[in-house]
Amino acid sequence: MERLSYEFPGGNPIPTANSAVLIGVLGSGNLEVLVESASLGGACRIEIETAAFGFGRIWEAVLTDIFDQWRVGDVRISINDAGATPAVVSLRLNQALQAFAGKKP
Amino acid sequence: MTSWYEATARQRIAGLLDPDTFAEILRPEDRITSPHLRELGAPAAFDDGVVVGRGLLAGRPVLVAAQEGAFMGGAVGEVHGAKITGLLERAMDERPAAVLLLLETGGVRLHEANAGLIAVSEIMRAILAVRAAQIPVIVLNGGRYGVFGGMGIAASLCDAIVMSEEGRLGLSGPEVIETTMGVEEFDASDRALVWRTVGGKNRYILGEAATLVSDDIAEFRAAAAVLVDAALPLDLPEVEAEHAMLRERLERFSDIGDAQEIWARLGIASPETLPILDSDTFLRVTEGKAVRRKGDAA
Repeated sequence: MERLSYEFPGGNPIPTANSAVLIGVLGSGNLEVLVESASLGGACRIEIETAAFGFGRIWEAVLTDIFDQWRVGDVRISINDAGATPAVVSLRLNQALQAFAGKKP
Repeated sequence: MTSWYEATARQRIAGLLDPDTFAEILRPEDRITSPHLRELGAPAAFDDGVVVGRGLLAGRPVLVAAQEGAFMGGAVGEVHGAKITGLLERAMDERPAAVLLLLETGGVRLHEANAGLIAVSEIMRAILAVRAAQIPVIVLNGGRYGVFGGMGIAASLCDAIVMSEEGRLGLSGPEVIETTMGVEEFDASDRALVWRTVGGKNRYILGEAATLVSDDIAEFRAAAAVLVDAALPLDLPEVEAEHAMLRERLERFSDIGDAQEIWARLGIASPETLPILDSDTFLRVTEGKAVRRKGDAA
């Protein structure tokens, strides 16, 4: 297992009634994404526990894309991963942020 | 129609209960996770693979636990088991109209060894305590991984099991039987054999499932709504009667090697067609033929 952590500064808080949202399942080739409000000075912090070693650069690329798209701040995103592909990671993060923003997934 | 088989544990709860009535206990953000998996270097799910809480079913208060089969095959670890046991013990205080167990599990989580075994035995004891307090415990079984191992025993201790044809119920799973007893005893790759042995239809005919429903969350909901507020008696005469019924069933079919022969002996017409019938037709064809089940008058 590898633990990874990223922080993206300069985002904007999402106006939402949700304090936390969970999307996805920690099943083979899948991941679960927990999005919570957190006072991080406008930053978006993403913590990952993944069963697959050595994919830090790919995680960083996918998460940078997601952050550029959403520009969210003051959120903590926690991910448990069981070997999901980058496309699945991207899909789940979009689902999770949509659900957190109050849109029906 | 929404498939129970395809749904996650959280989707099943959302479809089963009255809309927006579910309140989760020990939510994912509380991070009550398995201490054992991390030591083994495996990621641990935020809910340890089981969602517990309370809500309303057709207006009646219920406690609910739903296992997530996609996480480690729904296997019961220490935290996972403690969440189910805690929910059952809470029923003794809250006295809901029922405790609903949405099971999908291979049994004990082997990574957690004795802690998982103890957790399953604690669930069994708690189920019997809740039943003795005359609160019905109802199992809903229609997930991909079936209900096996110690949780197969736990399910059979409950008041009633609602199954779909896709659901499976057993002690040792098909692969375990094949590995230990040989492929001549049980060919786990023969899916038709597996389902006509441990699948929902045969479990219904054998008197183990109280209801057979289609693979539709709405049908599970309707079947569960009928079973709340109706606890079966649990006392020594009842247990002895159940043992007698099981002994009689074993004697009656002990010479038989395939479920289809049981169906024929029970007088079901064209038994070879049962596996392809939809649930409504199946229930009509087998009406009055199934083995007596728990709670049926002797």
